[in-house]
Amino acid sequence: MGFDQYHEPAAELPDETRTFARLCASLTEEAEAIGWYEQRMAVEPDREARAIMRDAQGEEFKHFSMDLEFLLRRSPLWREIGEGILFTDGDIVEHGEEAEEEATEDEASRGAPLSGGESLGIGGLRGGAS
Amino acid sequence: MSHLLREYAPITEAGWGLLDSDARERLTPALAARKLVDFAGPRGWSYSATNLGRTELVSDAPDGIEATRRRVLPIVEARAPFSVARSELADADRGAEDVDLGELDDAAQRIAVAENAAVFHGWDGAGIAGIAEATTHDPIPLGEDCERYPRHVAMAVDALRGVGIDGPYGLALGPDVHTRVLETSQHGGYPLLEHLREILGGPLVWAPGVEGAVVVSVGGGHFLFDSGEDLSIGYASHDADAVQLYLEESLSFRIATPEAAVALTP
Repeated sequence: MGFDQYHEPAAELPDETRTFARLCASLTEEAEAIGWYEQRMAVEPDREARAIMRDAQGEEFKHFSMDLEFLLRRSPLWREIGEGILFTDGDIVEHGEEAEEEATEDEASRGAPLSGGESLGIGGLRGGAS
Repeated sequence: MSHLLREYAPITEAGWGLLDSDARERLTPALAARKLVDFAGPRGWSYSATNLGRTELVSDAPDGIEATRRRVLPIVEARAPFSVARSELADADRGAEDVDLGELDDAAQRIAVAENAAVFHGWDGAGIAGIAEATTHDPIPLGEDCERYPRHVAMAVDALRGVGIDGPYGLALGPDVHTRVLETSQHGGYPLLEHLREILGGPLVWAPGVEGAVVVSVGGGHFLFDSGEDLSIGYASHDADAVQLYLEESLSFRIATPEAAVALTP
């Protein structure tokens, strides 16, 4: 078991940065798992086994999406750039460049730091209600 | 440094972590509106108005000129002040687990109630129309007989379907109604809560600040919460005994589809 999601000494990091780093590590692991299942399904000849892998990959899609949503809620700048890219049609690179430029200009114009944020990071809560 | 001026407060990083975490814990269960309406943002403290895409005529335009002025919905700043004893913050830094953050908890409740009330019942001075007041459907009286609640909620869902508003549907329950629903089992012991959930197909949420209850479509695109600065804790002042802080957010709310909700009056 390792603690290598921390690039800096963990004891020097605030709690929220450690949580953020843990979720970043989790996001990476889910993305890796999605890729692994994709490869396994590509070479697996047994249809039933492929169906199980497809089901398992669906779980990883869910985990990845939840991790991503958490991180976007905690990082307003990331969220703003993501909103310009995710779930859009057209040229992804073009959208990316535009979203980054607009978001960082907005942040700079209000004198805000380009990462982090001081809000409680609550955001929208739909989907989490009982 | 942001306008929250947190760096000026005599509060350690661990202390800020405690305050933020306690506020998040108290606010999340109470922020009912955010569990049912579309949430956009946060767009930052300098964000001042929501675009409505509409204009109004400027009557005194120069000869030969036609002029219109854009209509916008101004962002409202809501702030709930509170204080924390410096001795409690010092104890927290020593590792105390039972730190008294009572005023923060009260402030969290106040701002959550204000947010819910603005969304569901409106806030005239802030230019916000509430869902229960704006709906085009006649209100359905709930009464106190819980056995009849499924019928009332089913009537509300039928009214929404009748005008082409698709589900799933959610239900914001004022605290009194929520308590009654939780306490009630129908014939055969089936919890009323579960019965209502089956009718709605969506969430039931505890909604402090709501009078009675409101059934809304949670299909999206009907009710639009626009966040400037999301809920944050800022610093106001301090003396030898206490630190004066506040919970703050900036927001607007507008309704795109008034017919997508039905009010259930107490």
